[in-house]
Amino acid sequence: MKIQQLAIFLQNKPGHLSGICKTLADNDINIVTLSLADTQQFGILRVIVKEWELAAQKLEEAGYLVQLREVVAVEVDDEPGGMHKIVEIIGAANVNIEYVYAFTFHKSSRAVLVFRFDDPDKAADALREANINVLAEIELFG
Amino acid sequence: MNKKPLIENVFWQREEECMPKDQLRALQLQKLRALVARVYASVPAYTRAFDVAGVKPENIKSLDDIRKLPFTTKSDLRENYPLGYLAIPRREVVRFHGSSGSTGKPTFVAYSKSDMDNWANLCARFLYSGGLRPGMTAQVSFGYGLFTGGFGLHQGIERIGAAVLPASSGNTARQLMLLQDLRADYLICTPSYALHLADGIQSGIIDRSSLNLKGMFLGSEPWTENMRTRMEEGLGIYIENNYGLSEIMGPGVSGECAFRNGMHIAEDHFIVECINPETLEPVAEGETGELVFTTLNKEAFPLIRYRTRDISRLKYSHCPCGRTSVRMSRITGRTDDMLIIRGVNVYPSQIESALLAIPEASPHYMIEVSRPKHMDEVTVHIELKPNSMVDSISELNVIRDRICAGIANITGLRMKIHLEPPNTLERFEGKSRRVKDVRTLKD
Ligand SMILES: [Zn+2]
Repeated sequence: MKIQQLAIFLQNKPGHLSGICKTLADNDINIVTLSLADTQQFGILRVIVKEWELAAQKLEEAGYLVQLREVVAVEVDDEPGGMHKIVEIIGAANVNIEYVYAFTFHKSSRAVLVFRFDDPDKAADALREANINVLAEIELFG
Repeated sequence: MNKKPLIENVFWQREEECMPKDQLRALQLQKLRALVARVYASVPAYTRAFDVAGVKPENIKSLDDIRKLPFTTKSDLRENYPLGYLAIPRREVVRFHGSSGSTGKPTFVAYSKSDMDNWANLCARFLYSGGLRPGMTAQVSFGYGLFTGGFGLHQGIERIGAAVLPASSGNTARQLMLLQDLRADYLICTPSYALHLADGIQSGIIDRSSLNLKGMFLGSEPWTENMRTRMEEGLGIYIENNYGLSEIMGPGVSGECAFRNGMHIAEDHFIVECINPETLEPVAEGETGELVFTTLNKEAFPLIRYRTRDISRLKYSHCPCGRTSVRMSRITGRTDDMLIIRGVNVYPSQIESALLAIPEASPHYMIEVSRPKHMDEVTVHIELKPNSMVDSISELNVIRDRICAGIANITGLRMKIHLEPPNTLERFEGKSRRVKDVRTLKD
């Protein structure tokens, strides 16, 4: 139930981000969601796409520094307390959250949270036990 | 300092190499006075230079008086192209060599019969000390040509009585084939080829048992102690460092002993000084500076106080091997590349050696010096290796901080570190500089 996410090292230079998007577009790869973390000197672009193997290959060929990471995508009710419930389950399972970002699922009005855990398997198990909808690739990419 | 020998401690010319210090200094003074008288009389370029400096041969009464003599530089050699410094009749020359200039024509050096004999012995000194013995085979992967590396080492190997395999430079696949098929005991090559070989063995491309290699003699390019450790571990061999430059003779000017406490300079053949390249005054003992050599025995092409542009340190302390000569540290840079940052001398090679200790850092870097608000500021751009972990800001910050601390440790300066993706910095060939100095000097 884990999803492959691409992390791409970004230079804080004009054109670097658009170059990545162009490489993906040129190969007909649709971005499901992306998140950008940056500092003054560099940034990390995190991207979820269906064709992650092809995307990683094409981006590496284009000279980008790419790393694949397993993340867990969870569907939550778009209402107060939705996020809190999940964080509690994860805390009880003794798993650490390295980062999290959210997006709205295109098929419904529900929100999807993407988590990077230090132990993705343990986190996914704990979430499923608590009846949280952990999304598989098939659901996410349709 | 190493107190135990790493290999057998032996001498090629024990009497000369272990001469008591007072006797060595007396010999140097006697030879220096004869040299100064000879070049003043027979080399017009020196007659002029001595006259301009207002010094006569009879003014040289002690070894310290060498400082009254003018320096000789690479551009002096160029101005007196091709053989303005030749000190013997042309018909007595038995060999020419040359060194490539970064611009246009090479500079030439010449050797007499006796110069060739001395050169072979000086190469044999470091080869023998590094483990080469009669009956062994040494593969020479330096170019045979004007460059002194190939022919210089060749003569030293022959002098010892070992077999020479003159592979010459280039074609790494053929080098490896020769090494495997003729089972050379020693390889003489550049540090970059040695690294290539070590990587090939570590990654399983080359089978270690197909080689009979016991050791290597590396030279002709700057390299670091970290590189030696990596290669000695990767290849399971002993690697000796030696130093030389064509203007002074070629390889054999200095080489390591079995205790590896720096490279012993053949002081019975050369007088060495270590100077501040800005003030031209001698640096304090053990301090970093530019090496300056005076050749005491060369008949054909003697040079007075030749400025090497090579940066090193001299150690006069006792070495347990028994040699009495001064030792020099490995070359840590060239004065051409030297940067003065907030009054501190910094060499790009120092940054290079700091980067070698960081697994995520590639050897590709670029140094940018600027002066915002009257304070020098250095930014080092470093490419990450292609397989680096990049999904965590905090991990990347840790890499950045480790590079910063490593550089500060070696240079004493804190520099700004910019991590860059692979293959984004300009690639440099040969002597080009990796430094962009955009300081504008304002009063
Ligand atoms: Zn010694």
